[in-house]
Amino acid sequence: MSERNQLKNLPRNILNEAHKAGIDLNENNRSGTIFHLDQSTIYSRINELFKDKLELMDSRVAFQKYPWLEKYRWKLVSRDKDEFTTRVSKDFSGGYFMRILPNAEVTFPLQSCLMISEKNLEQRIHNIIIAEEGSKAHIMTSCVQHQEAKKASHLGISEIYVKKGATLNFTMIHNWSKDTLVRPRSAVTIEDDGTFVSNYICITPVKDVQMYPSAICDGKNSKVIFNSIIYGHEKSNLDIGSRALLNGTGSNAEMISRAIAREGANLIVRGAIEGNNSVCKGHLECNGLIIDKDSLIYSIPELIARKSGAEITHEAAVGKISEKEISYLMSRKLSKDQAISMIVRGFMDVSIMGLPKSLNDEVDRIVDMVANSN
Amino acid sequence: MNLLEVENVTVKADNKIILRDISFTIKEKENYILFGPNGSGKTTIINAIQGIPNYKIVSGSVKFMGNDITKKDIDERSKLGIAMGFQLPPEIKGVKLSDMLKVCLGKKSDYDFNKEEKKSIEAFKLTDLLNRDINVEFSGGEKKRAEILQLIFLNPRLLLIDEPDSGVDVESLKLIASEIQSFVDRTRNSSLIITHKGDILDYMKAEYACVLIEGKMHCFENPRKIFENIKMFGYKECIACQKRIEKAW
Repeated sequence: MSERNQLKNLPRNILNEAHKAGIDLNENNRSGTIFHLDQSTIYSRINELFKDKLELMDSRVAFQKYPWLEKYRWKLVSRDKDEFTTRVSKDFSGGYFMRILPNAEVTFPLQSCLMISEKNLEQRIHNIIIAEEGSKAHIMTSCVQHQEAKKASHLGISEIYVKKGATLNFTMIHNWSKDTLVRPRSAVTIEDDGTFVSNYICITPVKDVQMYPSAICDGKNSKVIFNSIIYGHEKSNLDIGSRALLNGTGSNAEMISRAIAREGANLIVRGAIEGNNSVCKGHLECNGLIIDKDSLIYSIPELIARKSGAEITHEAAVGKISEKEISYLMSRKLSKDQAISMIVRGFMDVSIMGLPKSLNDEVDRIVDMVANSN
Repeated sequence: MNLLEVENVTVKADNKIILRDISFTIKEKENYILFGPNGSGKTTIINAIQGIPNYKIVSGSVKFMGNDITKKDIDERSKLGIAMGFQLPPEIKGVKLSDMLKVCLGKKSDYDFNKEEKKSIEAFKLTDLLNRDINVEFSGGEKKRAEILQLIFLNPRLLLIDEPDSGVDVESLKLIASEIQSFVDRTRNSSLIITHKGDILDYMKAEYACVLIEGKMHCFENPRKIFENIKMFGYKECIACQKRIEKAW
């Protein structure tokens, strides 16, 4: 593994692809950057200002350096969960290890890029994130298949620990390609008064993604929010969901998804909230837009209550774009295609994620950029 | 010159004929007021002129500035200079009022409004709504003002406005009427305005009144007088006793 001084020194064609998926190449507004290309971490750097607030390194290096990490490894995701976890448990090429130190407030996002540039590669990653007690941070992960790489797959294990009173905001942007197979396997555990916010954005066409991260809200007043903006097009197959286990007293889950299907895309949007405590609350919301008759949106919400007092609600609406909205925009000189694009772009409204303004603007800009480059 | 010529037009909505054999003409640089009882087809006629798909012209023709637009799409009509304000404009989530105004001005989303445009936005009391999703949780008056400002930013030749005076306060009504008036005054443009209440007549000059009743259009001079007569005698008696303008229509 080689580490270089600046992200800018990496090959231009690699950086261009990373930038398209939201990586900030100047690093000025980032607390740190880690870059995993194909089967190795090629870059890892912490911004000077945040040196005493976080740790960032390749996960393989971390497993060697810190034997105590065995208490965190394969503890939330089991090795024999399925064929993909088994394959990663046999051999993997690293990944990222991020640790936000106790009570550290990391005001700039920490960014990571996982990229595939090699044809036929099966990238196997294992990530560990620990948000120590009282810490606050935002992580932005961009997952990319280089446009010149063909037929790759990505298997990624992520185990995330949100400790007492910590807040972790995790934004993931998928920018795979029409022939990538993607199998992330993630889980997060949240302690007392901890909050985990997952923002998932998938806008570019992808062959096949299947993921179903679990949040285990064991802590008192622990909270999880899953937001997803999924734009399935050009025959993408997306089976995306999330599950929250509300075990702690006063634990809380919110799931909001916006899904769009067109050009033969198949979307399965799942969501499950299990109320296992007599004081817990969950809400699940799914809005879907189906643009043409060749596509499918299949929304599967599951509300499970095991204790009286668990309060779990659900709202969903799946349907076509309103003709009236199209006519309205066309009466403002837009063509039908322009009108549909504007409605679709509006539907992928980042503000549903409730991010702080600066991050909201940034994610919005990334969505614009990714949407426009397609 | 005639801006719009509607000839023997029959309009179907939801597979039902709403208007049969309607003919009328709109001249340049005039405000026309369209009266008519509920359900007479006023909204249908302006939607058919704009080309909204649900209002299908099954026979007859519509000519705009000499072009036959009967079979043209909404966007082609709007590019030619027809702009309609919706009676119940849709709410579009994630599309901001500022986005809509920029679209109307023909600008991209990164455009900054110039001084004059900002002044208009301020005059329409819409500055605070710029970053809100269009029409979502707007009050009746806010919706109306947002509609009319979009129409003005579109800079059309013909304005079609559905009840600009419903659900707005007196101040907003004055503003809307004076903006429409100055729009017509400074150009060769015209407007066709649907109203039930006639309040808008207090604040603008209009030469002509059209009354749509039982599928027929009847046109007269002096909208104020027509409106008073309608109030006093009802629609039917009113059209029976007034002298119609045969020449212009």
